[in-house]
Parts: sequence; C-alpha cells; structure tokens
Amino acid sequence: MKTNFKSLLKVSIIVAATSAMGFSIAAQANANKGGVLSWLTSASPGHFNSAIRSGTATGQPAAQIFASPLRYDAEWNPQPYLAKSWKLSDDGRSLTLNLVDNATFHDGQPVTSADVAFSLMLVKANHPFKTMFDPVTAVDTPDAHTAIIRMDQSHPAILLAMSPGLLPILPKHIYGDGQDIKTHPANNQPVGSGPFKFVEYKAGEHIILERYEDFFIEGRPYLDKIVMRIIKDGANRTISMERGEGHLLTFEDRARDINRMSKSDSLVITDQGYAAIGPLTWLAFNTTRAPLDNKAVRQAISYAVDKDFIINALMLGKGSHSNGPVAPGSPYTASNVETYGLDLDKANALLDAAGFAKGDDGYRFSLEVDFIPGLPLLKAVAEYLRPQLKKVGIKVTPRPSPDFPTWAKRVGGHDFDMTVDVVFNWGDPVIGVHRTYLSENIRKGVIWSNTQSYSNAQVDALLEQAGKETDSAKRIALYQEFQKIVVDDAPISFITTMPYHTVYNKDLRNLPTTIWGAMSPLDEVYWDKQ
Amino acid sequence: MPRIKSIAKRSLNIVVLLSAVLILNFFLLHLAPGDPAEVIAGDMGGATLELLAEIRTLYGLDLPLHEQLGNYLSRVIQGDLGYSYSYNLPVTELILGRLFPTLLLVLSAMFLSITVGTLMGVLSARKPNSLFSHVLTFVSLAGYSAPVFWSGIMLLIVFASIWPIFPVSGMQDIFRDPGIINNILDIAVHLVLPVITLSMIYLAQYSRLSRVSMMDVLGSDYIRTARAKGLSETTVLFKHALRNAALPVITMAGLQFSNLFAGAVLVETVFNWPGMGSLAFESILRRDSPTMLGILFFSSLIVIMANLLTDFAYGLVDPRIQKKD
Repeated sequence: MKTNFKSLLKVSIIVAATSAMGFSIAAQANANKGGVLSWLTSASPGHFNSAIRSGTATGQPAAQIFASPLRYDAEWNPQPYLAKSWKLSDDGRSLTLNLVDNATFHDGQPVTSADVAFSLMLVKANHPFKTMFDPVTAVDTPDAHTAIIRMDQSHPAILLAMSPGLLPILPKHIYGDGQDIKTHPANNQPVGSGPFKFVEYKAGEHIILERYEDFFIEGRPYLDKIVMRIIKDGANRTISMERGEGHLLTFEDRARDINRMSKSDSLVITDQGYAAIGPLTWLAFNTTRAPLDNKAVRQAISYAVDKDFIINALMLGKGSHSNGPVAPGSPYTASNVETYGLDLDKANALLDAAGFAKGDDGYRFSLEVDFIPGLPLLKAVAEYLRPQLKKVGIKVTPRPSPDFPTWAKRVGGHDFDMTVDVVFNWGDPVIGVHRTYLSENIRKGVIWSNTQSYSNAQVDALLEQAGKETDSAKRIALYQEFQKIVVDDAPISFITTMPYHTVYNKDLRNLPTTIWGAMSPLDEVYWDKQ
Repeated sequence: MPRIKSIAKRSLNIVVLLSAVLILNFFLLHLAPGDPAEVIAGDMGGATLELLAEIRTLYGLDLPLHEQLGNYLSRVIQGDLGYSYSYNLPVTELILGRLFPTLLLVLSAMFLSITVGTLMGVLSARKPNSLFSHVLTFVSLAGYSAPVFWSGIMLLIVFASIWPIFPVSGMQDIFRDPGIINNILDIAVHLVLPVITLSMIYLAQYSRLSRVSMMDVLGSDYIRTARAKGLSETTVLFKHALRNAALPVITMAGLQFSNLFAGAVLVETVFNWPGMGSLAFESILRRDSPTMLGILFFSSLIVIMANLLTDFAYGLVDPRIQKKD
C-alpha cells in the first residue's frame, strides 16, 4: 500500500491506460445490461447537492448523479473519471486536469472546465470541510477541457478531494444562475453528468434514478434503474433483504441483524468499502476538567477499558481495533503506538501515583459519560463503562441525551466529562483528522471540532507540516510521529471502528469495495442472473 | 336560533383552542436545548461556527423567541406553515402528501377495532362466564398489553418473513402493475399488517367496554319485554340492546381517535408507512420544528373535527341528546 501511495504523489504525470477507464475492464467483458437495483438505506437526504452538504444520506445518491474529476480504487490509487489524465506540479501548488471531451450533463449540455472551476469554488465557499480546498486560490481554464487548480501552498490532500463524495461537478448553467445555492431548486431536482439521472424523490420514502444513456463511459452503466428505499426500522430492512425485496444495503451497523443476514443463502456480506470514510468509535475526554486534565488519569481509563470485550460481546465480533486517530486501512494508520491493552493493575497504579486514592466507598472520583443518542452501540459502550471502571475505583454515570441536538449542545459547548462518539476520517487526514487535535480548532459551540480542548504545540506543528508535505514517505512519517504523541497524551481513548457492513444479493456483481464504497458511482454494477 | 348560537360558540372555541395549541407547542418545542443547525451539522459530519451561524440566519433561528413566534403566527394566518429544515420542502406540501396514508391507516384501524371489538363484546356479554367469553377476554387483553412496536415486528416476522404472505414495508410497491384496480389491491395488501397492529390495542378496549355496557343493558326491563314478546335473540341483541349499549362506545371512539394518531407514529415507523406518524418521528429526531408544529396543528384540527363528529353521532343514536341541545 505504501508503494502505491508513493507512486501517487511522486509521479507527476499519470496518463490513463489505453481505454478511458482502464481498470477492471476484463472482469466486465460478460456484464449483463439491464435490471433494477433496489437499494435500502436508513437515511433520507435533505437534498442531493453534495457540493454544499456532506454526509452519507446525500453522498450515496449524489455519487450516482454527479461525476467528479477522479475516482479511487481499493488501494487508494486515483483513477481517471471526468479527468482522463492529471498532473500535479513539482512544487505541489498546481494540479492540471485534462477532461474527457465527450461528457455531457443530463440536460445534454457539455461538461467543460468552466463547470469544474465553478463547482470547486462553490464547494470551497459552502462545504463544511473547509480544509479540503482552503489553499486553493483560483481555477484557471485555458481551454474547455483543461482546468488548472492553483494553490498558495503544496496541498497533497487535493488529489483525494477530487473524489465523487467530495467534489461533484455541477452544471454552471443551472446552479450558477444567481439564486442562493443553499435553497436552490435544483438541489431537489439535481442535474449532473454521472451514470444515473434523477427521476423522483418522495421525501422519506424513495429515490428513483435511471440510466443516463449518454453517459461518457461507453457501455455504462449496466443497470437500468436504481430505486433507493428509505427504511428507518432495522428489523424491517433485514426482513426486506432476506425476502429479496432489497438487493443492496449499505452502512448497516446493527451486529445482530448482520449476523442474522449472514445466515441467508441469497445474501453476501462485506465490511469492505468504508476505508476512506474511516468511521472511528472512541471515548473522548474533556481535558480541561479535573481530574481528566491529568494525563495519567486518561491513560489509566484507556488501560481499564477492555476493547476486546466491546468488539466481541457488544459488537458481536463485527468491529475491529483502532489504535490511533487515523482509521485502519489508510496509508497513514498508526503502526507503532501504545495500544492500551486491558491492564487493570497498571490503571490502578497510575491512578494511585497521580494521587487519587480510593475513598471509603471504594471510589476515587466520579465522572459522567455522554453518548450520541439513537446509536444503540454507543449506549451499550457507555453503560459498559460503569461496571468496568468501577474496577479501578471510578464511579461512572451515563448521561443520556433525548436527541442529537442536546448531545451536540453539551459536547460542542464543552459541558461534559467524557463522551462516546463516532467520528469519520473522510479520506485524507487533512479533512477529517486534523480538526480533532489542532489547538486552533478549539471552537466552543461546534461539534466535532477539538471538543476535548486538547492543545499540544508539537502536534500543531507536525500537523501543519504533514498537511503540506508532498513526499509520501515523509508525510507518513510525520503522521506516525503525530499519532505517537496523541496516543500517549490520550485526549481520546481509541476503541474500535464502527462496524459498517454492506449486504447485497449474491447475483449482483462488481459492488464497490473501493475506498469510498457506496459513496462512489455504481456504473460497474450488474446482475449476473436476471 | 339557539342552534346558530351554539354553532357560533363552537367555532369560536375551535379558533381559541387551535391558537392555544399553536402557541403552547411553539414554546414547548423551543424549550429543548440545541437547534436544527446542530442536526444539519451532525448530518454533515461537522461544520464551522460560521456555517452554523449561516444556517441559523437562513431559518430565522437567531431571532429572539417572541419575534420567531410573531413571524410564525403571522405566516400561519396566511396559510403558510413554514419550510422544513430537513426535507427542504414547504411544510404544508409535506403534510398534505402524508395525510391520506395516515387517515387511511387510522380510519381502517378504527373501523376494524370498533366493529370486531363491539361484536366480541356483545357475544361475550351474552354468556359472560362461558369458555368462549374467557377466550375472547384473554385474546383482547393480550393485544392490549403488547407494545405496538413489538407486536408489529412479530407480525412482520411471522407473516412477512416466515410465511411471506404480506409485504414488509411501505404503502405501495414501486414496481406494481399499472391500473386503478391493481393500485387499490396493492394498497390493500400493504394495509393488512399495519392495520391489525394498530387496531389490536383498541380492540380490547372496545370489546371490554361493549361487554360491560351490554351486560348492563341486557338486565333491563325492556329487554325482558322484548324477549317475552318472542323476538329472536339476534333481534334482541343487535336491534334493541346494542343501540343503547353503543353510546359509551361512540364516546370512546371520539376519545380514542387522538390516541390512534399517537399509535400511528410507532406503527408507521415499524412498517415504513409513509404517513404523518413516520414524518413526526423523523422531524422530532431532526428537531425540524416547522414540520413538528405543522403536524401538531393538523392533528389537533383532525381531533377537534373528530370530536364534533362524535357529538353529531350521539345525536343520531340518541335523539334525547339532540333535543337537549
């Protein structure tokens, strides 16, 4: 994986293979055309404009409707998409995209460099992930099929930011008509240049997408239609899949249902396809509150939490270990850090040494633990902490929130001791990792900022350097050093990955198991038998 | 003349009641900490302080509460219930689209629980200590005690998974054959499990209530007279006794209507029924207050109308009440 990533950054010109979309062509020589895909999801999107709204509810359908400059394979290698080739300059401060010349939007208008420039600047101004295009100063368009992205500093994350989930190419002639983009009518009636065009959305019920006949990749997509059914109830989703009414289910995290569906002969289950999203479940500490302002206390709690129990008993074996800020599967994942294996003696010793002796009631001190409501797994982890941390003399009281805004208000407002949380990496560390640890990102009132109030000048410097470093090996080394410090400082006790799984019908082929999974186009998916 | 006066008084009551509902709900919803900007930030996987501020300005959430209320009331008077944060649609459009499925579900469940429940009550009142009567009591109480979400999922597992007779979710099959008859049949098949689930709780109440009031009526003199006249048991039961025993059932039906609406929230969620209940569930989680307020407004309106209808039905069944009016 390291070699792959190295080639990604070092090679300055990558020209696409003989065919415009060179990869996995052989495997699809016998692909059947036609058929309908019934895709079950629990989330209903507010709208479909992924240029101004992130999240999986919007991201999954939007990746079908909008094409993007690049897409990614399962090994973190960029692949041609709307850009048939691209060149990152030696100083890393400009990226030239050479666009295919046969791409059209669903209304028949050609896709040009002006649309790329418009979309990128729109994302920069409106998307919540500000770090993604922060260094971009301008997008030059010397001709209709060349776009040059100019940056005021080297910014290696720029290549990953060309992904379908992060940079959808919007038609300038529709979205650039002067109306406010946040309430633009086309957000609910999207027009893109992706493999499927939008047909209908019934809020909270279903989304219907149809094959775009003039899609710029010859012969694709294979499916005639995608019907996304929004089903809130987990049991209902499971039964629908078992009955064959659903063919694809993504982002399923209910371990019991995953186990149940794994017994069905007609279903295939995989945990591939979530590497770039990098969903981490962790226990975060408010490092400004006593006694959690003491590093030894945070380390002691980390040693006292039995991660194997959480994975095997609470997640029924469906999760996997995560040992640091970067999710497993990324080229930057921590490899040589303290893993805080269960060690109650060490935890007790650390707490004793820190001066927190046990009182008459057997407790040293008491803490509250928050958790995101509506996710049963996080509640289970919070409740597990009560008996587990009692073993080291810490009295833990779970503090439930009635709904998400209440939790967000408490944690975002720094009014908490500890919280069980799920945070996504979103591909490059610059996008989803830096925000949790940079001291300049301690912003009261903003959820998923540095709500731990963690501040370490060395970490700030390392992150700034890593964000700009164009040499892949050096960048990896910087992130390793950063993670070693953070794991030792323990503002967060890293527990597991969120056990997201994809379930699909065994007759479906080419389901995306790339790093972006279902947040990438399903143009290669086909039915083996119809 | 007194009739017109009574209608005018009633209408005034309705207006006052609806305004009170609107204002009270508005404050109730704003008592909770946090706001929809947090939910939008949550969906997005994070946001900046500037973006949160922008969202709050966009939806007028940064204004003082009394100004928000003023804006809201003046819009409602003009027939505009606001704009949904989470669906990006006008609330009125959103709710009107969900009204028919909910009314269909609730009215079908009501019809089923009243007819079957009353029939069960009448039959068991005839011989209150028979085995048949005890079985009916057991069945109806079991239905009453089981939580809706549990009985719904059990029905799903049995009749949609083990014996896949009925569809799992939704109101209509997206891939159904065209044509009006197919359309109606398709909805009917989808309706079966949710209606049974929803009516199970109320079935018990109607059967217990009609049993007690039938037993009461069956002991009265005029029933003895009817029997002495040599009338058949069916005529005595359904023509003479039931008409009097039905009054408490009608009262109950009027009161139950609002409860059925509440029950619909859970049933619609379990069966993915595209009605106001599942919309309410979703908008509570998303702190989508315009939609919540809209749903509460519509359901209050429907409940008030149902109460009016109950009073009207009372008059039809028992002419003495009409005269007193």
